[in-house]
Amino acid sequence: MKIGVFICHCGLNIAGVINIQKVISAVKNFENVFHVEDNIYSCSASGLQQIKDSIKKYDLDRVVVAACTPRTHEYLYREVCREAGLNPYVFEFVNIREQCSWVHMNEPEKATEKAIDLIRMGVAKAALLRPLEVKEVEVEPSVMVIGAGISGITAALNLSKSGFKVYLVEKEPKIGGTLNDLNLLFPTHINSLELLNNYINEVYNEERITALTSTTLKDVKGFVGNFDVTVVREGEEIRFKVGAIIVATGSVEFKPNGLFGYGKYTQVVTQLQFEKAIKTMEIEKVGNVVMIQCVGLKEVGYCGRICCVVALKNAILIKQKYPNSQVYVLFTDMQAHGPTYESYYKKAKEEGIRFIRFNLEKPPEIFAENDKLMTKVYDITLGEEIELPSDLVILSTPLVQRNESSELSKILKVPLGKDGFFLEAHKKLRPAEFMTDGVFICGAAHAPKDVQECVESALAAAGKAAILLAKGKVRREPITVELDEQLCSGCRICEGICPFGALTLDYVKKTITVNGILCKGCGACVSACPTKALNQNCFENNQITAMIRSLSTWGHRPEALDMEMECEKCD
Amino acid sequence: MPKSVLVVGGGVAGLQASLDLAEMGFKVYLVEKNPSIGGHMAQLDKTFPTNDCSMCILGPKMVEVVRHPNIQLLTYSEIVKVSGFAGKFEVKVLKNPRFIEVEKCTGCGVCTEKCPVKVPNEFDVSMSARKAIYVPFPQSVPHVSIIDKNHCLFLKKGICRICEKFCQANAINFNQKPEEITLNVSCIIVSTGFELYDPTPISEYGYKQHKNVITALEFERLISASGPTAGQLRRPSDGKIPERIVFVQCVGSRDEKNNPYCCSVCCMFATKEAMLIKEHYPQSEVYILYTDLRRSGKGGQEYTNRAKEEYKINYIRSRPSEIIEDPETKNLKVLYNDGNKVKSLEAELVVLCNTLTPTKEAKKLSEILGIEIDEYGFYKAKDPLQAPVDTNVPGIFVCGFCKEPSNITESVFQASAAASRALELLKGV
Repeated sequence: MKIGVFICHCGLNIAGVINIQKVISAVKNFENVFHVEDNIYSCSASGLQQIKDSIKKYDLDRVVVAACTPRTHEYLYREVCREAGLNPYVFEFVNIREQCSWVHMNEPEKATEKAIDLIRMGVAKAALLRPLEVKEVEVEPSVMVIGAGISGITAALNLSKSGFKVYLVEKEPKIGGTLNDLNLLFPTHINSLELLNNYINEVYNEERITALTSTTLKDVKGFVGNFDVTVVREGEEIRFKVGAIIVATGSVEFKPNGLFGYGKYTQVVTQLQFEKAIKTMEIEKVGNVVMIQCVGLKEVGYCGRICCVVALKNAILIKQKYPNSQVYVLFTDMQAHGPTYESYYKKAKEEGIRFIRFNLEKPPEIFAENDKLMTKVYDITLGEEIELPSDLVILSTPLVQRNESSELSKILKVPLGKDGFFLEAHKKLRPAEFMTDGVFICGAAHAPKDVQECVESALAAAGKAAILLAKGKVRREPITVELDEQLCSGCRICEGICPFGALTLDYVKKTITVNGILCKGCGACVSACPTKALNQNCFENNQITAMIRSLSTWGHRPEALDMEMECEKCD
Repeated sequence: MPKSVLVVGGGVAGLQASLDLAEMGFKVYLVEKNPSIGGHMAQLDKTFPTNDCSMCILGPKMVEVVRHPNIQLLTYSEIVKVSGFAGKFEVKVLKNPRFIEVEKCTGCGVCTEKCPVKVPNEFDVSMSARKAIYVPFPQSVPHVSIIDKNHCLFLKKGICRICEKFCQANAINFNQKPEEITLNVSCIIVSTGFELYDPTPISEYGYKQHKNVITALEFERLISASGPTAGQLRRPSDGKIPERIVFVQCVGSRDEKNNPYCCSVCCMFATKEAMLIKEHYPQSEVYILYTDLRRSGKGGQEYTNRAKEEYKINYIRSRPSEIIEDPETKNLKVLYNDGNKVKSLEAELVVLCNTLTPTKEAKKLSEILGIEIDEYGFYKAKDPLQAPVDTNVPGIFVCGFCKEPSNITESVFQASAAASRALELLKGV
């Protein structure tokens, strides 16, 4: 057995805390360790080449990399092992950054000891790793898009024009989503319905799109490339198979019940209510209009981002249509990013709209005086309190997640974030993907977004789904559970525990069968199995035991830092 | 033959577009004017709003690009001519000579060690020195040397050639000439990113006059582990670690005399940089002087809340009128208006959050490609709502900061969107 250990400095992320030289001299003496080297950045092209060269030069048969986190980097090193002629699964990742140097930043000596211990465990495990085989599965060349607002429609049209079949599922009787209710859209002031109607015609003319309106999602089974979907339309169940799923369910306006006289005075409305009204009604005169920004910010806990530009738009439209009206926008920070919105803000000022900055700690107040509504606000630029007669008060509220989303998140096994919006796989580099393979996210279901951002993210999600479908095949990770039939008593404890429905009883053999495709390798069943018949690849019972043993033989140190054995997916 | 696509610019947007297209099965030519891909993101220490290390997430992407069998990298190259139309573009690319045979060079660095010429290192915003033969930065892709023809003694004066003597791989070739190559592609994606506005003309802030007034990118390099001070925030005048730091927002932006637009990212990166100071030096006092606190992207509000509550960063709404240097201590006094009173803040270091602008070459490239630019020089989308990543020329798409100020997430979204539109066009039936 020749184990090679590669220790990454990660710049100063690891080496700034952990004494790498001390680690190297300790690791050199571990059993089965044949070669140890370090690198400033192991994941750089040269770092990877160095690992590859060393595997060949020293004829290594197991590889341990002690570095940042398996979440982002494990696949790179597995690939290097493969290129060097090894099976990618005789590789072990030891997390000495996120689970060591970062969390013990102020205790460098103990952190160094812990890093040595972590590597000791990794080496003990590596010695017992077995080569595993990767299998490929065919991908169904179709997509389900959930939600037929502007995002869902954009994604569906793009995929259809790229040659894929699309099921566009919408719970409402007609497609179009929130755009059905909007008036003109910023920054081009195109009529929302006009824009929408073009898209709707296109959707119905595309033969590859099946638009299912008044339809709700009931169940999704299966896995990336092969999802079995059940939807319900007017009481009738429809089933189909898709390779990928795009979530484009959008979001809804926060209802500011009880805030700023909303619900108490009829003259207090939300931006969306106002847009609906001016779209359909002829209003003779609006008089004094007061818009209040950041309504509900404290309640929802995040900035609605687009509500500032929505207010700018409606303020400009009011001023243009009713030049004699007075429009006041009471705001905290004007979220007018980039050249387009900055000049939109400038235009609003030029139109004569008055902007009054207030402090969130001292919000405006609405009160009635002789049947007239008044707004009292402390203007922080002037440094004084002013009162504004208010014929109409428009509250700018953020977009919030739909109530139905928690149900959807359970069906699709994708998470929601703290803010209630769907949580993407990686904030910056994988914003249109979920951690669950084959499921993608776009539009205002991901975060508050304007139309442009919805369209861009929808195209991005469609592109990501298209990659999967264009490849036609998907790799099946072999880190799954294997069963020793001889040991299985058929007690079915595991069956109830498995969240993926991957375990079922074979009534003939009276033992459990594992569906290797449905199994996600979470290991829950393994820990529950009373006869140790289940074993998880790469986390086999003997491997875990060896890790624990390697640590306990080293002796008891009362000052040692906590060690945890955690799920590799959560760091 | 698979259809091919040209991607111009190898920052995070260009990398993402290239990877998506390559994964869809297209042949991708990625042209980058610099000797390495990575763009500005490679220079950053951490990224908002998660504060994860920039190189740690970008590095694997760069490696993925260079290893992808469908991607051909053309670094240190530029587009000189484009003709044709969607589905059939002919592109002339000028490959500048590196004076290194890329296939032979192992990036071992011996040449750099032996080279006698020291010049300012642009990767560290000239705060450190590099040699005339050098690898741009530790994670450069491709990880090979390049000879700077403006400073190499042999190329300028015909003497030296030390690198050649020491190169064991025989990779040095002083006879390399600029080489023009022709590519036939179906689509073009433009992702040329941005450059930083030079705040020197705003004389009241004293950049380049006062030693301890630095720009945000200079700050990123100082606080970065791979930077000139190995991650220690040492101020330029005396190397002391500053205890009071003031950030000034909207430098050169939202300013009719310079750039009227908002660069959309500096509120967030200043917040990040302020947090990094507090993480490194918990005792320090940090102030951010801002105009509007603009929270670009998901999680922005939570991020600035954390900065205020957990990190105790002081936000003051004001735009400073002047920064004055104490000639002896080189400390600074930042004058600003609070309400109707002029107040001042003493600082040991001032960081100017200077705006980002389209690159110098953006206009010329727009002429070569025939695509429209707006009044500020950003590439114009065909229609912001209906075709946000298309340009006026069918088959040419645009993404990232060169289109409009965008953060990393938005750039990545747009890059994947551009790739998706390219697929639609190429598969179009």
